[in-house]
Amino acid sequence: MKIAVCVKQVPDTWAEKKLTDADRTLDRESADGVMNELDEYAVEEALLLTEASGGEVVAVSMGPDKAEETVRKALQMGADSGIHIVDDSLHGSDAIATSLVLSKVLADKGFDLIIFGSESTDARMSVVPAMVAERLGVPQMTFANKVEVAGETLKIQRQTEYGYDEVESSTPAVVSVVEKINEPRYPSFKGIMAAKKKPIETVTVADAGVDAGQVGLAAAWSQVDQFSERPPKAAGVKIEDDGSGGVKIAEYLSEQKFI
Amino acid sequence: MDPFGSPERIALADTVRGFTQDHIAPHMDTWEQAGEIPLALQRAAAATGILGVGFPEDVGGSGGDTVDMTVIIEQILAGGGTGGVVAAMLTHGIATPHIVDEARRRRAAGDRVGADRLLDRFVRPVLAGTAVASLAVTEPDGGSDVANLRTRAVRDGDEVVITGAKTYITSATRADHVVLAARTGEAGAAGVSLIVVPTDTPGFTVARRLDKMGWRCSDTAELSLTDVRVPADNVLGFEQGFASLARHFVTERLTLAVTGYATGQRCLDLTTEWTRDRTTFGKPLASRQVVRHTLAEMHRQVDVARVYARDVAARHAAGEEVTLRALLAKQTGVAAGEFAADRAVQLFGGAGYMTGTEVERHYRDVRILGIGGGATEVMTDLATRLMGL
Repeated sequence: MKIAVCVKQVPDTWAEKKLTDADRTLDRESADGVMNELDEYAVEEALLLTEASGGEVVAVSMGPDKAEETVRKALQMGADSGIHIVDDSLHGSDAIATSLVLSKVLADKGFDLIIFGSESTDARMSVVPAMVAERLGVPQMTFANKVEVAGETLKIQRQTEYGYDEVESSTPAVVSVVEKINEPRYPSFKGIMAAKKKPIETVTVADAGVDAGQVGLAAAWSQVDQFSERPPKAAGVKIEDDGSGGVKIAEYLSEQKFI
Repeated sequence: MDPFGSPERIALADTVRGFTQDHIAPHMDTWEQAGEIPLALQRAAAATGILGVGFPEDVGGSGGDTVDMTVIIEQILAGGGTGGVVAAMLTHGIATPHIVDEARRRRAAGDRVGADRLLDRFVRPVLAGTAVASLAVTEPDGGSDVANLRTRAVRDGDEVVITGAKTYITSATRADHVVLAARTGEAGAAGVSLIVVPTDTPGFTVARRLDKMGWRCSDTAELSLTDVRVPADNVLGFEQGFASLARHFVTERLTLAVTGYATGQRCLDLTTEWTRDRTTFGKPLASRQVVRHTLAEMHRQVDVARVYARDVAARHAAGEEVTLRALLAKQTGVAAGEFAADRAVQLFGGAGYMTGTEVERHYRDVRILGIGGGATEVMTDLATRLMGL
């Protein structure tokens, strides 16, 4: 089984995220880049599947030069090789352009399974897996909290608000995973050293067979015109309990339309 | 290039800090009360390769050198672990190298079977986290005086028979085997051998589990040996004990140096956060000059100790002779840790004196660093000799 795991470098989850003044895109220099947390679950799931029944795992990332660190992290966790899609023209790409480039590269290489985290912590749209599935014309098996592959049959439990749905499809397919699915491993010392020697292939937009005019900020379907800083936290409301504290809290919550 | 700044060292640091935050920090209170760490921690640490660092792959280790070891200890402290966890979880770091050395000597002498016997039974299980190793040198009336220890091992055919007592032995209540220093030969340093003693051998008993000021999650034992018979094959070179111990003093001292300044760094980080959040007389503590100067002094001592110790670790990894520098690193690292822990408790005020506050634990834990692994006084004396005074 040949599995692609799509991983994204995002600003450190706990860092303050900023937009640049120049073109109002994410300022990737202002915070350390880390692998999107949910993508760690995707990598782990791919490793578990191949450890159980053989195969290879290829980590795929689209992003600036620095994003190679995130491909490397997947290799340190145990992926066999990496593909880094890097090209100046990709700067500012939206989900539609991202899914276009990813699907071209993924189709070109051919995979039985393509696994994503269910969303990224910076954009939080959860749409790229669905878009890639659509573009490839394969089943989209999203929000999985359990994945089983038997031959060419894929079964997942799709996490819902109330429980889960059991969904079955053929392969190849696109899967996105939620964090309940597993516990991602730490790169081991051996894994870290072994990753130094694992290959990462660099792919440009032209290599992917995509016209540079279809990607990047200029081709994005939405534009950020202006933005402002989040206002500082206002002081809270203090209620002294003189016996009527409960009523006052209820009144406050009601005013704020919480109850 | 800074050996601590390579992508691999940065990845290792991330792994160890994350491991500590998930698998160690949440359990510290429980383990401190229990007086020991669970075997499950050894297994989990082994899975990340932490236990195998510093041991070559052909004996079951992960590879890596003193620089990697330094990164690991720094990050255990940074992630919310303690000196006690370092001591308990990595006890094999002072015990197992002696067994590996003997296995190498046997291999070099063509005795592959004898080498594998040691490695399979006493090294691989420890590095895989399924067994615990301990080093027993100190005796009730000996202290740092290794050359004059009294525990005796007498050869009897294919066996040696050991009688004596050991004390302050880290991890020995949990240990599956103890690397024990005993006299097999004449008086003095030249008559000492190291012997691997499985703890289930008849006559070997943990006489007492010792209660301590700090390092409370690290179990400490007093051992009694009465006619303990082990195969002579378990002797790690007759009368080679002192030389073997001396050879590994450098790494032990570096380990303690790192534990010292890394504890200091953690205390500084916790105190910086505390003094920013804590408001007295209408202003955060961190806005007071006297507090800011204290934080600056903590930083100065910790950073100077770190840069020096890291340099010595890198030189050691490169094969340089660093006996004098390693002991200076220990003195400096320990002093920085003691100072920072003391000031941390002071600036935390009443909260810093409460049991369970992290800086209170570090304050107690750091105290042993100037006593164990060569007391400060012994180190200073040795320094004068190495200086040729």
